[in-house]
Amino acid sequence: MKSNQTLAAWVFTGPALIVIGLFFLVPVLLALGLSFTDFDIYALASLKNVQFVGLDNYLTVLRMGLFWKALGNTLYFVVVGVPLSIGAALGAALLVHSRLARWKGFFRTALFTPVVANIIAVAVIWKYLFQQQYGIVNYVLGWFGVQPIDWLGNPHMAMPTIIFFALWKNFGYAMVIVLAGLQAIPDELYEAARLDGASTWRQVRHITLPMLGPTLMTVGLLTMVGYFQLFAEPYVMTEGGPLQSTLSVLYLMYNQGFDWWNLGLASAIAFTLFVFTLAATFLLVRVGRRKGWV
Amino acid sequence: MKSSRAAVWGVNALLALLALLALFPLLWMLSVSLMPLGSASTFPPPLLPVHPTLANYRALFVGADLGRYLLNSLIVSGGITLGSLACNVLAGYAFAKLRYAGRERTFNLLLGALVIPTQVAMMPLFLLARELHIVNSYAGVILPSLASIFGIYLVRQYARAIPTEMLEAARIDGASEFRIFARVVLPLLKPIILTLTILTFLTAWNDFMWPLIVLTGSSHYTLPIALASLARQHNQDVEMLMAGSMVTVVPVLVLFLLLQRYYIQGLLLGSVKG
Repeated sequence: MKSNQTLAAWVFTGPALIVIGLFFLVPVLLALGLSFTDFDIYALASLKNVQFVGLDNYLTVLRMGLFWKALGNTLYFVVVGVPLSIGAALGAALLVHSRLARWKGFFRTALFTPVVANIIAVAVIWKYLFQQQYGIVNYVLGWFGVQPIDWLGNPHMAMPTIIFFALWKNFGYAMVIVLAGLQAIPDELYEAARLDGASTWRQVRHITLPMLGPTLMTVGLLTMVGYFQLFAEPYVMTEGGPLQSTLSVLYLMYNQGFDWWNLGLASAIAFTLFVFTLAATFLLVRVGRRKGWV
Repeated sequence: MKSSRAAVWGVNALLALLALLALFPLLWMLSVSLMPLGSASTFPPPLLPVHPTLANYRALFVGADLGRYLLNSLIVSGGITLGSLACNVLAGYAFAKLRYAGRERTFNLLLGALVIPTQVAMMPLFLLARELHIVNSYAGVILPSLASIFGIYLVRQYARAIPTEMLEAARIDGASEFRIFARVVLPLLKPIILTLTILTFLTAWNDFMWPLIVLTGSSHYTLPIALASLARQHNQDVEMLMAGSMVTVVPVLVLFLLLQRYYIQGLLLGSVKG
């Protein structure tokens, strides 16, 4: 009986384990190895040209001005983008959940739609909506007397524009999860507060937000990890420019790895980004622990 | 309760405004895709096509091989969905219900690996694909996605609710483990299979970075890769790019609208443990 189950279990899990092992776990270990070599375009021709270089790639990364620029851009995107996305998601969820809202199903679906729309397609759309001369964004702002802005062509505006785009694209995802969190809060809590004469705002402040803590923590973490992997947005909208103002760490990895074929250096960049992502995750989890949200 | 009319109006007006903001770019895409080439780049920007035309779609399918990219996307996403469903459902069930030595250790190893971003693996993965001669092929995109830790986790969470007595009863009747899986377990897993199907298909359809790396020539481009490349070459042709965006967005949007409930459920299950 037992041995039947053991055999069946390995047969059942075998295909998945082989795929994950061969195409993910082993490559991750190889990537660590690769990051200690000078694997470049010559190595692509013949493996004889590969040399072990120890920590050289990591030192190169840490001395590379462009890496710090890319890391700064990525952190900018994360630090501004995550709170905005979670804030918008919370606001939208509260509105959809409100007793006063009609057509809840329609609104929920409508607000979620950008999440499933293909990112390349919507990035192309927004690129034209943000176009300086004929774009609708500048046209609408013109009604209020705002002079046309070069959203994606100005080094100071490009990253905020991409953050706005990411907000539009992603807030629905967090909203759906927050909505489920809202639905899980027992009605009795609100009834009791209403009997005590608490205003709507006080109910949100003292019941909803504290009860939502763990949910917000979870979506915050998921969103943050995703935002550290910024790539497709600048790839389509700005190609990392202008003046590298939207170059992300992952974009730099892609450039180094697959434009210049410095696969060793690219692997070191990937692991460095991984370390920063982990550090930020631990930091957020620690804050969450202190507040009792984890 | 004194929910004043003004408050009702306020909440619903705000929601309508948000919905408009969310949907406007997609409606604009549809509208511009029907405009003759060159007519969207005027001031003030036109909202509706004066002379609607399908010329952009025709140009893309006849002149830019869009039909081929659509087919590529369908093959790749379909292949990934079918293959990874088989792998993930079998494995998820085994991790949930079969008792054997090494189960917890294997599963925990997988869960731990979930924190590693997939991009870390991409450089060696490309070299591996070169060794296997699957660069620039369907297999190059499909093979690495044929199983996913997240999918296994999702199925395992769901399958844990299957009563063990049911399985034991089938075993006492002499049914083989595979028969039990096919006859008893699979029907019970139908909802999570539907959820996993739509999640996987959408993820595969929308995947960008790995296909961009492994598809080195345009013959096997999926729609997102083709669209990104088109957007770089035809910077001026908004109308045509919007037609291309439509073809990239609409199939999965329809699928999502049809199976919304299952999709959302998958998102929620996946976020429970982070």
